[in-house]
Amino acid sequence: MLRIDDLTKAFGQNKAVDAASIAVDKPVMIGIIGRSGAGKSTLLRMLNRLTDATSGAIMFEGQDVTQLRGAAKRNWQSQCAMIFQQFNLVPRMDVVSNVLHGTLNRRSTFATMFNLYPTEDIHRAIEILDRLGIAEHAPKRAEALSGGQQQRVAIARALMQDPKIILADEPIASLDPMNAQVVMQSLRDIHEQDGRMVIANLHTLDTARRYCDRVIGMRGGRIVFDGTPEQLTTGAARDIYGADETFSEAATSTEIETLSEEVAKLADIAVSV
Amino acid sequence: MAELTTADIQTDYMAQVRSKRVMNMILLIVFVALMLGGFATANDRNAGGFWNGLPMLLDFPTDVISEAFERAHLLPGYFAKYLPSLTETINIAAASTLLGGILGLLMSLLVTRGLAPVPWMVGPLRRVLDVLRAVPEIVIALVLIFILGGGPVPAMIAIALHTVGALGKLFSEVNENASLKPIEGLESVGAGWIQRMWLGVIPQVAPNYLSYALLRFEINIRASAILGFVGAGGIGYDLRNTMSWGQGKFDEAAAIFLLLFFTIVVVDQTSSYLRNRLTHGSIKGEMHA
Repeated sequence: MLRIDDLTKAFGQNKAVDAASIAVDKPVMIGIIGRSGAGKSTLLRMLNRLTDATSGAIMFEGQDVTQLRGAAKRNWQSQCAMIFQQFNLVPRMDVVSNVLHGTLNRRSTFATMFNLYPTEDIHRAIEILDRLGIAEHAPKRAEALSGGQQQRVAIARALMQDPKIILADEPIASLDPMNAQVVMQSLRDIHEQDGRMVIANLHTLDTARRYCDRVIGMRGGRIVFDGTPEQLTTGAARDIYGADETFSEAATSTEIETLSEEVAKLADIAVSV
Repeated sequence: MAELTTADIQTDYMAQVRSKRVMNMILLIVFVALMLGGFATANDRNAGGFWNGLPMLLDFPTDVISEAFERAHLLPGYFAKYLPSLTETINIAAASTLLGGILGLLMSLLVTRGLAPVPWMVGPLRRVLDVLRAVPEIVIALVLIFILGGGPVPAMIAIALHTVGALGKLFSEVNENASLKPIEGLESVGAGWIQRMWLGVIPQVAPNYLSYALLRFEINIRASAILGFVGAGGIGYDLRNTMSWGQGKFDEAAAIFLLLFFTIVVVDQTSSYLRNRLTHGSIKGEMHA
């Protein structure tokens, strides 16, 4: 389904991603872990074509994504939604308009300039917001929402694209632990209920273990681990993070055990709505 | 609080969207009507008529360019000939931008709500800035030329006064966007008003100040060229003499236009270079992974 062959991105002498190869044959939820600067973001940005690859290929359903230009490239971007650490919403526009931005590739420039979206799209946008539990904020400006709510608006924008793949670049790094749980659970639900492929960069091991079917570890631009969460032993994790024996998983954890009851409650809300 | 269903939210939001669309449509109709109506009125009062004059639009530039082409070999000589008066024009613009910028900076801090040391003076001082912007600089220049005699000094004062008004307003809008947190930080250590402004506000907004001031410098070069038409000296005086019809000096006019164009290009390039230096410091090559 998705195959990445020897993908490389060089900034001058410096290789941000060095000959990365990944093969995915069915929609799964993949977590990419590694230190900051390991090339996780660059890899996702190349998949979405926000950054051009220096060499290598990204094959999706028989097509080399790295060769696409112009309208074909934008069409690929519309099928491959991106979620950012800092949400990247338009702060002064209302929540529904931000979600409707997911349809920009399908609509004429002229109609979107004057906010003329079809009624069905507007209704669907609000239904998606409802699924993520934030429908009551629909008419508010995006900047008026909390970080966790803004990230859910960003997920709604991604869902509005009706994408085949959802890429999430550190989706929970700017959120408190409780909101992080809600956002990760939403991504997991999207994967399970809609059967979409989700690839998320994560900076904590426990999140990757808890939500992902497959974990890829990157270090210095290279893929150094690729396997199931069970295969990710403490030794393997030390390799990925380049750490010594003093490293323990707790060091990267953001989980708060004492809050686990409330967290579970919030996660339940996310599932039920 | 009554629980809203998704259907309710959808209905409410659609109602909002519809009223917004109606408002936009009304504004569009008013805009188009005003444009058409205004055009008709202006065209009736015009001596020539827009549609009759349109084919002649390119006559003057064609004459200038064709004469300049015919005598292109003379252009370097003209550049040398008019360089001194260009220098005078640029000097007028530079002096008035500097003077106007300094006074405008002071005024901007006095008229920004939240920063002003005397809050009740904000309104009156803003009206002073309005007056400075409202009076055309050519009027001030003519009055000053009458009092002081012709030359660069009246032009400089006239342009500087307008610059105070324009930059005072623009700078104060920039100041409004500055974060108040650093200023609170400085206040907490017991800093005075001038210290808070100089050390807390200006470092935040200096790049924007600089780009507005350099844009104003460009505008002032043009303004000082225009004031040359009324006897303030500089390249404007030469431009008036060369671009009158029937003198056969269009090649010299073209040389002056080119000099003004190059000057604006140089100012623009310097502006972006300085702004980059100020915004990013001199650190280069930072890359994000």
